[in-house]
Amino acid sequence: MSKSRLSGVARLPHYRPDPAGTHPPLLSPDYASTQLRAPLKAPVDLPQRLTEVTGPVLGDGLVRPGDADLTRGYAEEPAGQRIIVSGRLLDSDGRTIPHNLVEIWQANAAGRYRHDRDNWPAPLDPNFDGMGRTLTDAEGRYSFTTVKPGAYPWRNHHNAWRPAHIHFSLFGRSFTQRLVTQMYFPDDPLFGQDPIFNSVPESARQRMIANLSLADTRPDWALAFRFDIVLRGSVATPLESEG
Amino acid sequence: MTGLGSTPSQTVGPFLSIGMTWEGGEYVVPDGAPDAFWIHGRLLDGAGDAVPDGVIETWQADRSGAFGHALTPLGSAVENVENVGGFGGFGRSLTGPDGQYGVHTVKPGRVDDGHGGFQAPHLDVSVLARGLLHRVITRIYFADEVEGNAADPVLSALPDDHARSTLIAQLDGHGGYALDIWLQGVAETVFFTV
Ligand SMILES: [Fe+2]
Repeated sequence: MSKSRLSGVARLPHYRPDPAGTHPPLLSPDYASTQLRAPLKAPVDLPQRLTEVTGPVLGDGLVRPGDADLTRGYAEEPAGQRIIVSGRLLDSDGRTIPHNLVEIWQANAAGRYRHDRDNWPAPLDPNFDGMGRTLTDAEGRYSFTTVKPGAYPWRNHHNAWRPAHIHFSLFGRSFTQRLVTQMYFPDDPLFGQDPIFNSVPESARQRMIANLSLADTRPDWALAFRFDIVLRGSVATPLESEG
Repeated sequence: MTGLGSTPSQTVGPFLSIGMTWEGGEYVVPDGAPDAFWIHGRLLDGAGDAVPDGVIETWQADRSGAFGHALTPLGSAVENVENVGGFGGFGRSLTGPDGQYGVHTVKPGRVDDGHGGFQAPHLDVSVLARGLLHRVITRIYFADEVEGNAADPVLSALPDDHARSTLIAQLDGHGGYALDIWLQGVAETVFFTV
């Protein structure tokens, strides 16, 4: 019964694992919260079957007009440096991923999140909620207009400060490609003391840092940063049941 | 053939609800849908404390075992004709102050295992939270699918019943199912790499 649903699917994709040295280890003791939350048993290999190589098609009803411009929707513009953050959503083979949901959230220009549990003494901005959503276009491109987030203190260790960052959530084409990451800004002097940034193997850290893009800058309006996001690539494999 | 290095994962941090709140995200199917139920539980850390700043995302087939997804391997679209009716198959539940999550859904059908057999009804699950530098992946099965679970290739490959039990949601006595997810500890849930 269910098998007939596969007729016409000559090949299922198989998503390659990212090479070692791409992602941070779950247990990264310098990031104190990992100590009681990182699973300690070795994970079990789950062969990719239909559930893993499919994934949600999201967008309808989730993205409203204006969601890609975080500087709009309130009485006035938010305080801070207006910026454009744009890029492409790709897989590691360079294939673009069109019509795919991109979610972001961030602190305001003072480094304060609009959240019950963020109560450090920096001002909230009545004109900024810090949430953005968009769909990539037919070429896999996205673009947000926002303000540059401020750095903020946290309680990980004495005098700990997070470098300025924007949280990104991506889905890709399949369950296997789900990724949540953070985008950083070039040359942030706070990188050296941040255990979250440094949890990533050194050779891959640069991929989390956006580039200033003069080409995308809108003169007399906004600086622009370019941040391409790369998800796992795939190869087509014959269905074993075909043979 | 690989050209680009994948973007590294980072934690969702404590303020994930700003960006990840969807109205009705917990509803894979709407209130009143036939045979719908809640699947729920708590997300817990290695000390047994609640994880109130996490999110549980579920992905599943519909009642017939079909996915709400146009499978597009290398660009070739495939019709998913049985997926009419708006069944998306995706649920998202932010954990509450006591670590509680809940997804309102229906039991998926059996899913082809790619070898001519079937997998028992299951949900694929992503868990993200402050303190998790990348998502962790698990599955939810159903305690009343005794036969299917016994023949399921993923459950069968686990070392013992204790491991299997961490993936099997129990009937909650109210028409739904309950399963706690333990990130660490003696009851640590089985997590997968895909
Ligand atoms: Fe943050």
